[in-house]
Formats: sequence, structure tokens, C-alpha cells
Amino acid sequence: MGKRVLLIEDEPNIIEAIRFILSRDGFAVDTHSDGSTALQAVQAKVPDLVILDVMLPNRSGFDILRDLRAQAETENLPVLMLTARGQKKDREMAERFGASRFMTKPFSNSEVLKSVRELASL
Amino acid sequence: MKTTVQQIWGKTVVPFNILVLVCILYVILLFLVAFGAEKRAAKGQLGWLRSPLIYTLSLSVYCTAWTFYGAVGYAARSGLEFVTIYLGPTLVMVGWWWALRKLVRIGRAQRVTSVADLISSRYGKSNALGVIVTVMAVIGTTPYIALQLQSVTLSFAVFANERSAGGALPDLNSTALWVAAGLAVFTIVFGTRSLDANERHHGVVTAIALEAVVKLAALLAVGVFVVWGVADGPSDILARIDTSHFSQWQIKGERWFTLIFLSAAAFLTLPRMFQVLVVENVNERHLATASWAFPLYLFLISLFVVPIAVVGLSALPEGTNPDLFVLTVPLNYNAEGLATLAFLGGFSSATSMVIIAAIALSTMVSNHIVMPIWLSVRKVGATVSGDVRGVVLMSRRVSIGAILALGYLYYRFSGGGGALAAIGLVSFAGVAQVLPALLGGIFWRGATRNGAVAGLIIGFSVWAYSMFIPSFGEGALMSSAMLTDGPWGIGWLRPQALFGIQGLDPLVHAVFWSMALNTSAFVIGSLVSFPGPIERLQGAQFVNVFEHSGTARGWQGSAAEAEDLLVMAQRILGAQQAQALFQAESQGQGRDGYLPDVTADFIGKLERELTGSVGAATAHAMLGQIIGGSTVSVHDLMAVADETAQMLEYSSQLEAKSQELARTGRQLRDANEKLKELSIQKDAFLSQISHELRTPMTSIRAFSEILMDGGDAGDEYRQKYSTIIHDETIRLTRLLDDLLDLSVLENGQVTLNYSSANLNDIISSAVAATSSLDGARAISILRDGGRENLPITTDADRLRQVFINLIANATKYCDARVPELAIKARLRGGMLVVDFVDNGSGIAKRSQSVIFEKFSRLSDHAAAGGAGLGLAICREIMTNLGGQISYLPGQGGGAFRVTMPPIAPKAGAVK
Repeated sequence: MGKRVLLIEDEPNIIEAIRFILSRDGFAVDTHSDGSTALQAVQAKVPDLVILDVMLPNRSGFDILRDLRAQAETENLPVLMLTARGQKKDREMAERFGASRFMTKPFSNSEVLKSVRELASL
Repeated sequence: MKTTVQQIWGKTVVPFNILVLVCILYVILLFLVAFGAEKRAAKGQLGWLRSPLIYTLSLSVYCTAWTFYGAVGYAARSGLEFVTIYLGPTLVMVGWWWALRKLVRIGRAQRVTSVADLISSRYGKSNALGVIVTVMAVIGTTPYIALQLQSVTLSFAVFANERSAGGALPDLNSTALWVAAGLAVFTIVFGTRSLDANERHHGVVTAIALEAVVKLAALLAVGVFVVWGVADGPSDILARIDTSHFSQWQIKGERWFTLIFLSAAAFLTLPRMFQVLVVENVNERHLATASWAFPLYLFLISLFVVPIAVVGLSALPEGTNPDLFVLTVPLNYNAEGLATLAFLGGFSSATSMVIIAAIALSTMVSNHIVMPIWLSVRKVGATVSGDVRGVVLMSRRVSIGAILALGYLYYRFSGGGGALAAIGLVSFAGVAQVLPALLGGIFWRGATRNGAVAGLIIGFSVWAYSMFIPSFGEGALMSSAMLTDGPWGIGWLRPQALFGIQGLDPLVHAVFWSMALNTSAFVIGSLVSFPGPIERLQGAQFVNVFEHSGTARGWQGSAAEAEDLLVMAQRILGAQQAQALFQAESQGQGRDGYLPDVTADFIGKLERELTGSVGAATAHAMLGQIIGGSTVSVHDLMAVADETAQMLEYSSQLEAKSQELARTGRQLRDANEKLKELSIQKDAFLSQISHELRTPMTSIRAFSEILMDGGDAGDEYRQKYSTIIHDETIRLTRLLDDLLDLSVLENGQVTLNYSSANLNDIISSAVAATSSLDGARAISILRDGGRENLPITTDADRLRQVFINLIANATKYCDARVPELAIKARLRGGMLVVDFVDNGSGIAKRSQSVIFEKFSRLSDHAAAGGAGLGLAICREIMTNLGGQISYLPGQGGGAFRVTMPPIAPKAGAVK
């Protein structure tokens, strides 16, 4: 059975694209698009991997990441961060808060797929 | 007048030439008396020159030819009313002698030279005030001088007419000219002989006192002749009064009150009265004598007025000018000698008034108008004192000549019209305008220069408008239409019925309004303005003159106010140090604030502090000025202050420099802050743009890669994904367009195409444009087309862009089940206002402040579709069109208000 990926993202078209790419490769993709309830969504059914956008409505992706790392059950959960703000300080902050990997939009489909595969197999 | 002159009765009496000779002899006598008095005064043998009798007699300069001839005429025309002219001064002398004493004391302490000098000095040495009072005094007195010339000329004519049977009638105008010239010479010789520091003229005063005796004697003699020579004693006179129309005259309360007030006011403010009362006063105690003796003089001089009038009315033919009864009654009974004496009495009255008035006015004109101009033209200034003395004397002499010339010209061109009393009253009311500023100045410390200027100008203007100008007669200076209908037909501005108050006697009306408005302006102006330091100092000097001129040494029993001390200390020590000193003292006394009790200790401490700054003598003098117990005059103080002024100037320059430095530093700091702020804003903006651009690009790249992979995506997906790519491309384009638009608008480089349009059309086309937006939900738009029908000159396309944005926002965000948007347009306060109010839940309070910022989209991206630049663009457009856009809280739903001028400010001359 395929690994389960939780995609936390608010842009419908990007959700659509990532879901297509990952589904094609056999992943089961759940989505969530609100920042304030994202943490509960993860905890409700901890996935094999989280893809997390930084700029979410109501709550920043960085805050969600920090909370995830603060809890034992999600402490080591692989998290792939995506951001449309490709600045250096965003990357640094992602590293400091413990992102497993960091990618800037626009991304290449194959790279996303490669990263997801690597992270999911850990 | 000329017709009445011709009607004078009687036989040939004193030949005209002899009369002229008598006059010349009389003038020579006056010259000798004046000269003798000057001689004695110069030798210091003042003796009887200092007697209170001379002072009292000199006050009789109040009684002019108006009193001498005119009182009888007045009585013949209006009954007992003439008494009011004597009652005013009597009341002042008896009831108000303490106020006079204060005036005299101030005059001596401040070395006041004229009423203008007093006012100017009291209100902070303001020369503007001096000029105002001088001009008022000249305007008010000129008709009065003309009146004296007229009366002398008329009295000459009475005799000349007697002579005309045998010879030519002398030219009346040349008589007046000779009289004026003669008076000018006399005044110049005795009025400007020397430049005494206190402006006293012993010679003139003595001559005036002699003239006072002559006029009293003449009038008493005529009176005695009339009562016991013509009539059969007092009982006969009383009987004649009963049968004449005298007994029927009624006393009009408001007119009596006004006249008494006027004559009392004029007694204090007339330039000539001020001259003899204050300037020429050599001893304050003389006032005590004058306070009963002068009323007695007035009583005697008015005693026979009614009998002469009654006899004149009954004995002389009807139509005889009653103003000349004093002359024509004796002539009628062939009493030549008596008539000549009466003539001399009238001559004395006229000449004494003209001489003193000319001296007083020339001092004012010279000190307040000529000298300031001369000093400013000759920048070199008054370094050589002898030089200035010469100039001052010369300017006084020229002023005397000019004032008499003015009086003569007025006499010539007014045609000698009007009864004597009428001209006199106009004059009285004019000079009385000085009264509020004068009394306020000596009794009220709160009176300020601005208040005085306001009161004087308003009072004088009302007097000129309602009394002086109409006095020339209808149609002379003021058209009769203006008198009956008001200027430009404005009824309530009618000169003799101001503010719609009709039926008042014109005199009462003019005096009431001019004094009421004058006093109000003075009080209000004083209350709302703050006196300068010199004003405060002078105010204290004037109001507390009796305390200040005491001789107590030391700082005990002072009447000083802490506030005055603080004001002065601030000037010398600087505000901070002075306030600290006062506050410390105040706390030491166990109280709050900056105003401690003025104790001897504290004054000593303050003196030591001041000594450090300005030196011991000056510090003591300055404190002495405010606290009392010092004999330093304000003039000395000002001299000290002048020297200090340079120091202050220098230190204030330093202060200004350091303030400037501080200001520059602050500006630099502000600029730096602003740059930082801008830099942060720029970063945030770039980051936002990056995000907004990358999001659609992410979709485009992802889906194009999927499509490029080909293979397993079915046709259905292919179709869907190409549509997404297409839409996202459009979204990118729109974002770029918005960014460019915003950039152009923010930099003000936008080209606006102004045209005249109708608001209704613009709203309609905006509504039409939004209804065709694809995917838009239906929203009902409520409008009132009639109220939108407002013309506007603006860039219609840009305004429509704003409206479309607001309607589109409402369409997108209004969350009501049945969404509605009300558009209400109206003209308010000269601005066009258009409100857009929907029935949704509106914008949360905390967000209202940011919605006009760039990228401030509040809801999630999907629903919005835009990049969050719409309202920012709207705001920039409205700024460019000279208007504004704002969120209207508390309307229930989302509400925006667009405000703009009907004609965009930059629209220029667009048709």
C-alpha cells in the first residue's frame, strides 16, 4: 500500500498539481488548506510525510512546523517545506525550525517527487 | 449766518478800526503778561505763578467761545439743556477728583506730555497708539478751532455791520485769516520758547488765567446789565421766564444723561483740557482747590445765561442770531463800552482755546508723527542733543502753523454752517472715544494694547460714520439716500439708525453706539490678548501709581505679584532657570506651582540671582519698579534695558543657533528612521511581489511539466490543465498591470484626462462593467439616479476604475444571503460624496486600517482572485483626482466612501 502524504497548502491549482504527481506515483494524498487547524489535521492521523506551505491563511507554516517538532509523536516526522518567498532568511528559518527539506516555488515536478520518495522511505 | 448779521439792530457804535485797535492792545497786554511770567519763572521766582488760583483759572480754557456766545444761543433754542455742558465737568471735579489726582500723579511720574503720550506710554510705548490718538485728536479738534475762528469773525462782523452804512464791509474771510495768523504767532512765541522736560508753559498759562478773568467779568457785566439795567431785577426776569417759552421746555432724560456724560468725558480727554489739567499742573494739591473753585467758576459763568437769552428773545426782533445775544443785547441798548468788553470776553474765550489746543496738538503731532519720521529718515539718530532740540522746536512750530491752517481751511470750506453748540458736541463725542482706553489704562491692569487699538479704531469709526460725516449736512460727504436707506440699501447700517434702532436722538444714538462698541472692543480685545513685558510693567506703573511713588525703603509691604516677578525674571535669567528658582521657592513654602508668596526673603534671593546677570544697580532698579519703594523712572529702566538688549540679542542668537542645530539633528534622525522604514517596506513589498508572482508560475510550471510528460494524463486532464495554465497566465498579466499602474500613480507620473461628465453616467457605466464580469454572483444594486445627477470635471475613466473596484469587491466579499449594494451620491460641503454600502458582515475593525495597503487581501486567495492591490490603486487614483477614499465604519455592512471635488484641482481650464 502507498505511503500517506498530507499536503498543507491553500492554492487550489498547486494542490491539484501535487496531488496529480504524487498519486501517479502511488502515494495516498490528503490535503488541508487552513493554517489554524493544520496541527490537529496532522495529529488526527499522523501521515508518513507532510508537505507544508509557508504562507497559509491564518497561521504561518513555520509556526506549524515548530509545534510539530515540539511534540513527541511528530518530532521526527519528515516535513517538506514549500515557499513562494525564495529568500535566504526563509530557508534559514526552515532549517532552524527543523524542516527535513526546503523547496522554493516554482518547483520541478521531478524534484518534488524525488524528495518525497526519499523522505517517505526514511 | 450772513442774513442774520444784516438784521442786527442798533445805532452806530464803536468804529471797526477802533475795535481792531482794542484787540491789538489787548493782545499786547497778553504778550506782556506772558512775557513777564516767563521771566519770573526763568529766574525761579515762581511765587504766585504757582498759586492754585492760576491753575483753577487756566482750567477755564474749557469755556470757549462756544460757552461764551453759544451757551446763550443754546438756551434760547433748547432751554435749560445748556447746563449739562457745565454739569459734566462739575461732577468730575467734585466727585472724581481722586481720579484726576491719579491722572496728574501718573502724568508727573511718567513725564507725560499729552493724552496721546499717556495712552502710548501706558500700552507698552506703542507709537502706533500715539499716532491713532493724535490723528483722532486732530480730526476731533479741527472743527472746534474753526468754530472759534468763526465766532471771532462773527463778532467782528456785528461791529463791522454797524459801520457798513458809512464804509465798505470788511472781508470776513480775511478777518478770520488774520485772527488765525495772529494766534499762530502768539502760540509759537509762547508755546515753543523752550523745550522744558515737563512741557510747562508758565507764560501761556498766566495769559490764559488773565483771559479767564476777562471772559468771566464780561459775561457777569452783561448779565448784571441785563438783569438790573434792562429788566427790573431778578423778579422781573423770573416773570419774563414764566411768560416766555422757556417754562414749556421739557427735560429729555436720555439727552441730558448723554450730554452730561459727554461733557464729563471731554473734560478728561480733550487735548487742551489734558494740557492744562495734567501737563501744566505744577502741584498736585492745586487740584484740591480747583475741585471746588472751578465748579464755582462754571456756576458764575452760567449764572446769567438764561436772563440774557430771555431778554434777547423778547427785546430783539425775531430771526436775530441768538448765538450773538451777548453782543447784540448791549448794542441794542447803546451800551458801547459794555459791548466792547463783551467782545473782548468772546475774543478771550476763543483765543485761549485755540492757543492751548494748538500747543497740545502740536506736541502730539511733533512727538508721535513728525519726530519718528524724521528719526527714521535720518538714520544717524539723535547723537547730538542740541541738534534734536532744534528739530523738535521746529517741528512743533510747523505743527502749530499747520493746525491753525487746518482750522482756517475747515472754517472756509464748511461755510461756517451749523449752530455753535452742534459743532462743539460733534467734537466732544470724537475726543470722548479716548475715554475707555484712558480709564482702563489707569484703573485696569488687564487692559492691553490690542484692546486699546481695537476700541479706539472701532469707536472712532462709528463716531465718524454716525456723527462726524453726517454733520456736514445731507449730500455733502454722504448722500441723502445713504442717510435714509443705509449704504447699498442695507437698512440696519443707516448712519443714524444703526442695527435698526430708530427714534433715538441722533446725538444720543451716535454716542451710545460709538461708546458701547468702543468699550466692548476694548474689554474683549484686552481679555483675549496677552500684554508684552513693557506693557505689564507700564500697566503696573499706571494702575498702582500711588503705591509706586511712596518712599519706603526695603522690600517690606510690597504689592508685587509673583507673576510679574516671574515674567521679569524669565526675561533676564531665561525661562528654565527662572521657573526652577520660583518652583523651588514655591516648594520651600509648601505649595505647588511656580508662584510663591512674595516674601522679603524671596525678593532678596531673587535680587541676588538677578545681580549675577545684570548687575546690582539694575537688578535693584528692576525689582524696585515692580515691587515699589524705588524712585527709578521707567525711562531710566528703559535705558538700562537698551544696553541689556544687545546682550539679550546676542544670547538669543546663540539660542536660535543651538535650536537650529537641534532641529537639524532631529531632522536627520527622522530622515534616517524614514529611510529604515522605507527599506523595511521595500523588502516586504518585494517579498510580497515575489510570492504573488511565484504562485501562478508554480501552477504553470507544474502543469506544463505534467503535459510535457504526455502519456498517462487523459484528454480530460489535458483540457483542464491547459485551462489552468491559461488562467494563471492571465492572472500574472493582470498582476503586472496592477503593479505598473500603482507605480505610475504613486510617483504622480500618471497622465489624467480631464473632461466634464455627469456622476450618474460614470456610476452607470461602472455598474454595467461589473455585471458582465464572468463568474460574478448576482448582487442587487440600489441607486437613486436623480440624486446622482451631479456635474463633475475629472478623469472619468479613472473614477470609473475606482467605482468598478468597489462594486467588484462588494460582489466578491458580500456574504449576505441576498447580497445588496446601495450607492448613494450627494453634494456635501462643496464636495461630491459617493457611498457604497453593502449588506454583508463588513470588515473587521482591526483590519479596517490596513485594507488600503498593498497586498492586504484579507480572505483566502481563491475567493479573491486579485493580488490585493485594488484598494491601494483606488486610494492612489483618488489622491490624484484631489479626493479621497475611506472605509465607513458602523454601517452594518462593508461601506466605502469616495469624496472628491466637483472640479479636480489639476483640471485647469477644461471646458
